[in-house]
Amino acid sequence: MSRYSRHIVLSEIGHIGQEKLSKAKVLVIGAGGLGCPVLQYLTAAGIGTIGVIDHDTVEVSNLQRQILFGTSSLGLNKALAAKRRLEDLNPTITIHAYPEKLTHSNAKSYFEAYDIIVDGTDNFETRYLISDMAIIQNKPVVYAAIFKFEGQVSVFNYQNGPSYRCVFPNPPNEGSVSNCSEVGVLGVLPGIIGSMQANEVLKIILDFGYILSGKILCFNSKTSETAIIKVSKSETAFSKALNKDASLQNDYIHTSCPTETSHISIKDALKLTNTEFIDVREIHEQPKLDTLNHLQIPLRELEQKITEINTDKTSIIFCQSGIRSQQAIGLLRKHNIQNSYSLREGVSKLIEELNIKA
Amino acid sequence: MTLKVKYFGLIAELTACEEESIEISATSIAELIQFLSEKYPSLKSKDFQIAQNREIASIETTLTGEEIALLPPFSGG
Repeated sequence: MSRYSRHIVLSEIGHIGQEKLSKAKVLVIGAGGLGCPVLQYLTAAGIGTIGVIDHDTVEVSNLQRQILFGTSSLGLNKALAAKRRLEDLNPTITIHAYPEKLTHSNAKSYFEAYDIIVDGTDNFETRYLISDMAIIQNKPVVYAAIFKFEGQVSVFNYQNGPSYRCVFPNPPNEGSVSNCSEVGVLGVLPGIIGSMQANEVLKIILDFGYILSGKILCFNSKTSETAIIKVSKSETAFSKALNKDASLQNDYIHTSCPTETSHISIKDALKLTNTEFIDVREIHEQPKLDTLNHLQIPLRELEQKITEINTDKTSIIFCQSGIRSQQAIGLLRKHNIQNSYSLREGVSKLIEELNIKA
Repeated sequence: MTLKVKYFGLIAELTACEEESIEISATSIAELIQFLSEKYPSLKSKDFQIAQNREIASIETTLTGEEIALLPPFSGG
């Protein structure tokens, strides 16, 4: 127990508190700027079971703020790379890495397996999905979001408290706010805000201090000012979430940010289970993909054949170079098919990769 | 009345200030938003939540406060 001796000597924690931490199960959604510090502190603190979901890969532009990763992690899936680093930090706990995107079809089973959900995502679609699923399953969400030099932190859905929709009832209109993480951000900002999230997680488990429930904390790194704004529970917001079909499928904004949420690399695509590959090239186009079962729906026919797409599976759309597949994603999003990616590389690379694997 | 209006995130960028004092005779939040939208036309296309005296308010809320904040949702992580 010497690993946790500095915790145990605190009267607020002690052996009992440390035991509570070791029994806790926390799911961190997104291993980006916010997820990295959250994961590090929760792992170091000895949270018994930590889950981490991220479908993205580590890119060099992430290293300025995503301090869990080094150059040796470049190109690796973030959840898997995080697990590797965290197991070195604390091999006594269990870490589950899920290298996939949180969708409304897989969210339910993930949420069921954990006590506390940490929202460290980078898009509104997933934020509303997390918020609604947390209401449906009655799980607290430790929320944070950042923009350039500013951050917001709150604990939603804690002991019957308000939820994300009580602050922001509906997803913003397309183009109204940036949904892309291509916006600049001061490297240390997610470090500060993510550490605040870790602090809230620990307080919830250890049951001391005051939880940031019913208030949203706004921090500005330029001025070092903090504003805490009170939030009341809105029953309308809750019923919106509980009316599952309306909120989980139709309500999200359908912007796609080409580098983040709608693209996937061949490597990551092949790691996913329950996928369906779809070729959106014209039937006559070469080279043909004959080593992998797939659907063929040329882009110009995609809208009229949209029902042929099995929405229970993750659709991986590919074409010659990744341009038509990206347009296809736009169409699918328009028809509320969220569980789909455009393959970053073209068909030739895919064939190459499959040949290596075979 | 004189109001202190605070802007966050993207809203502070379009108003080019994080805080300002406004002299206004409005009686509701809706009227205040109308006033601000005339001053900053690009505000009309933006999504934000209003807080009055550090408490989330709605468009129908009566304007009583000394401090108003315009809080946009952030997506970044």
